[in-house]
Amino acid sequence: MIEAIRDAMAVMMERDDRVVVFGQDVGFFGGVFRCTEGLQKRFGETRCFDTPISETGIVGIAVGMAAYGLRPVSEIQFADYMYPAYDQIVSEAARLRFRSAGDFSAPLVVRMPCGGGIFGAQTHSQSPEALFTHVCGLKTIVPSNPNDAKGLLIAAIEDDDPVIFLEPKRLYNGPFDGHPDRPVVPWSKHDLGEVPDGYYAVPIGKAAIRRAGSAVTVLAYGTMVHVAEAAAGETGVDAEIIDLRTLVPLDIETIVTSVEKTGRCVVVHEATRTSGFGAELAAEVQERCFYHLETPVRRVTGWDTPYPHAQEWDYFPSPQRVGQALLQAMDPLL
Amino acid sequence: MTATLHIPKLPAGASRESGHSHLILSPAGAIERPATNATAAETRDLAYALIRVLDPDGKAKGPWDPGLDADALRRGLKTMQKTRAYDNRMMRMQRQGQTSFYMQCTGEEAIACAFQTALWKGDMNFPTYRQQGLLIAQDWPLVDMMCQVLSNEKDRMKGRQLPVFYSAPEAGFFSISGNLGTQYIQAVGWAMASAIRGDERVAAAWIGDGATAESDFHASLVFAAVYRPPVVLNIVNNQWAISTPQTVAGGEYATFAARAHGYGIPSLRVDGNDYLAVRSAADWAVGRARAGLGPSLIEWLTYRVAPHSTSDDPSKYRPKDDPAAWPLGDPIDRLKTHLISGGEWSEERHLQMTSEIEEEVTAAAQEARSYGTLHEGPKASPATMFDDVYKDMPRHLVEQRQQLGY
Repeated sequence: MIEAIRDAMAVMMERDDRVVVFGQDVGFFGGVFRCTEGLQKRFGETRCFDTPISETGIVGIAVGMAAYGLRPVSEIQFADYMYPAYDQIVSEAARLRFRSAGDFSAPLVVRMPCGGGIFGAQTHSQSPEALFTHVCGLKTIVPSNPNDAKGLLIAAIEDDDPVIFLEPKRLYNGPFDGHPDRPVVPWSKHDLGEVPDGYYAVPIGKAAIRRAGSAVTVLAYGTMVHVAEAAAGETGVDAEIIDLRTLVPLDIETIVTSVEKTGRCVVVHEATRTSGFGAELAAEVQERCFYHLETPVRRVTGWDTPYPHAQEWDYFPSPQRVGQALLQAMDPLL
Repeated sequence: MTATLHIPKLPAGASRESGHSHLILSPAGAIERPATNATAAETRDLAYALIRVLDPDGKAKGPWDPGLDADALRRGLKTMQKTRAYDNRMMRMQRQGQTSFYMQCTGEEAIACAFQTALWKGDMNFPTYRQQGLLIAQDWPLVDMMCQVLSNEKDRMKGRQLPVFYSAPEAGFFSISGNLGTQYIQAVGWAMASAIRGDERVAAAWIGDGATAESDFHASLVFAAVYRPPVVLNIVNNQWAISTPQTVAGGEYATFAARAHGYGIPSLRVDGNDYLAVRSAADWAVGRARAGLGPSLIEWLTYRVAPHSTSDDPSKYRPKDDPAAWPLGDPIDRLKTHLISGGEWSEERHLQMTSEIEEEVTAAAQEARSYGTLHEGPKASPATMFDDVYKDMPRHLVEQRQQLGY
C-alpha cells in the first residue's frame, strides 16, 4: 500500500506541477514509512521537501499554498501528532471557502498514518477520524487496500476541498485480519493489492461492498474491513461487508439498501467508542431503516481508554469480538 | 529562597499613572538605514532602537526619509483621515443598533495606509481585524465594506462573518479568520508558493502584540527563516490585547522586533505613527522580499486609542488619559504638521478635505443602509448558509437545507 500511495503522489506530481509534497522526514529520506521515497529526487526539492517539526506550521503553510493556487499534499507523521494542527484544519482549511463566500479556498490533502496493530502504544496508534468527520467543510477518507488508496489519494489531490486522508498503518505492508499470531500476508496475495499503473481515480463518497451477504450488514473502514471479513468467515454468518472508504461525504444509499435487505447492522471501528463515527452510523441507520431492523444496531470499537502498549490485542477489536457481535445481531439472546 | 511567580501587570518601568516612560525611543533621523541585502546580524541594533523620520516639529529627517512627493503625502493624509472617518461612522452605526459589532483602528491608521502603498497588485496581505486601512488606501469602495459590516443583501460574505471580517482577493486582502495568529503561517505558506512558482508576488503577514504568543507565530518565524520566502512579518504592537498589556505577551524584557533575531531574520522596530517611517520601512522590507532576499520582520510601535471593539470598555483597565500620554502622537496630526511646515498644506485645506470625506462617508452609509442592516431589510437567504461549505453541495447538506425549508 506504501507503493500505491507513493505512486498516487508521483502520478499527480507528473500531471500537475501545482502538486507539492512535504512533511517531517518526507523529502530527502522519503518518510518514516517510505511513502514519499524518491519523490524529491524525481521532482526536485521545491516539489517535495522536509519541514520543521511543527504540525500547525505544516498545515498552516498548506493553507497558504492552496490559497495561492498550489495543490499541497502534506504529511503528518502520525495521526496522533495532528493536534497542534487542529486549529489550522478546523478553523482555517475547512472554513476558508465558506467564510470568504468562495473568494478563497483550500484544496489541500493532509495525509496521516492512523490506527494500531504495530505496538505503537498511545502516541502511535490513534484513529482520530471522528475529530474530522465532525467538522463541516472537510472530507475524510480511510482506504482499506492499495487499489483504493491510490485511486482515492488521486481523487483527494484533485478535489477542490480540503481532504483528510487517513492511512491505516497496519495495512501498509499487507492486509490484516486481526490475528496477530498468524504470518503476515503480503498485498501481492490479495486481489486488491493489484494496483494499475498510471492515473485512475476512485470517486470520493462511494462505498464498496467487499462481501455480499444476506444476514447482516457490517459497516467498516480501514483495517476493520479485513477483520470483519475474517469474523464472517469464522462464524459462518452471511454478512454483507461494506467498506465505507469515505466517511464524509457518506455513501448513505449503499448503507440503506443493504440494511433494508438484511434487517441487521453491526458497525465496526478501531477508534474509541463514545462519540466515535460508529455512533453517527448507528444513528443514521436507525433513523432511515428503523422499520427494517430486526435487532438493535451494534457497535464493536476500541475501548474508551488510551491505546495501550502491552495490552494491544485486548484493545484492538478482534475477529472474535466482531464475530460475537455478528452472532448477537442474528440472535440478541446470545 | 523560594521561587516567586512574576506577574507582569504593568509595562516595565512604568505605572498606570506615569504613562509610557518605559518605551525605548530614538530621535527622528538617528537610525541608519541598512542596505537592502543586510543580514539579520547587521540589523540587530535596530531591534532595540526606533526608526523615526518626523521630528516633533514635523520635519523629515535622516536616511529613512522615503522622499515622497507632496501629492503622495496628501494622498496618505487623506487615506488616514478617511479611515478614521469610516471608523467613526461605523462605530456610530453600531451604537444605533444597525449592526452587532465593530472594531476601530484609531491611532494606528498610518501603518496599514502607508504599508499598502509599498505593495504591488498581486501581492497579498494576511490581515488581522484592524487593518482596514489596507483597503481604504486602495480606494476600495466604502459601500462594499459597510455592507459587510451591516450583513445586508449586498454583503459579499452573505452575512456569514462577524463585522469587519472582510475578504477582497482583488485588493490583496485575505479573508479574516478571527482565530488569532492563524493567518501568519498562511502568509508564509503563500509566500513559499510564490517562491516555488518563481513569481514576484510578496506576502504581508499581520499580527498584534498579544497574538505573538500563539504557537503559529513561532512556527511562522521558523518556516520563514528556513525557506526564506518573500514575506514581510508585521507585528502591530499597539500596547493592548483587550485589557492585557503587551508585557503579558512577553514584551517586558525584550522588544517584539528582537524575536526575529533568535530565528536569523532581519528586523526593524519602527514608529508606527509616523507615515514616512512606515512607508520607508515597508519599502525596505518589501524590496528585500521582491529581490529574493527573503523575510523581514517589522515591529510597528503604536497605540490602540480606541477600545478593542464595541464590546470593550478600556476605562476599566487603563487611565483615561493613557492614549493622550502616548509619546508618539497621532499619525494624522503628525503628517498634517509635516505638510503644513513644508508649505504643502493648510488648516483650511484640511478642514475642506475633512468635510469632503465626511460627505463621502455619509453618502456611502446612506447607500449601504438602503441595502438593509443586520436587523432590518433584506439579507442573504438562510438557504445560502449551505453554500460554500464544499465546492459542490454533498447529499447530507442538501437534505439539511430541505429540512430548513429550502
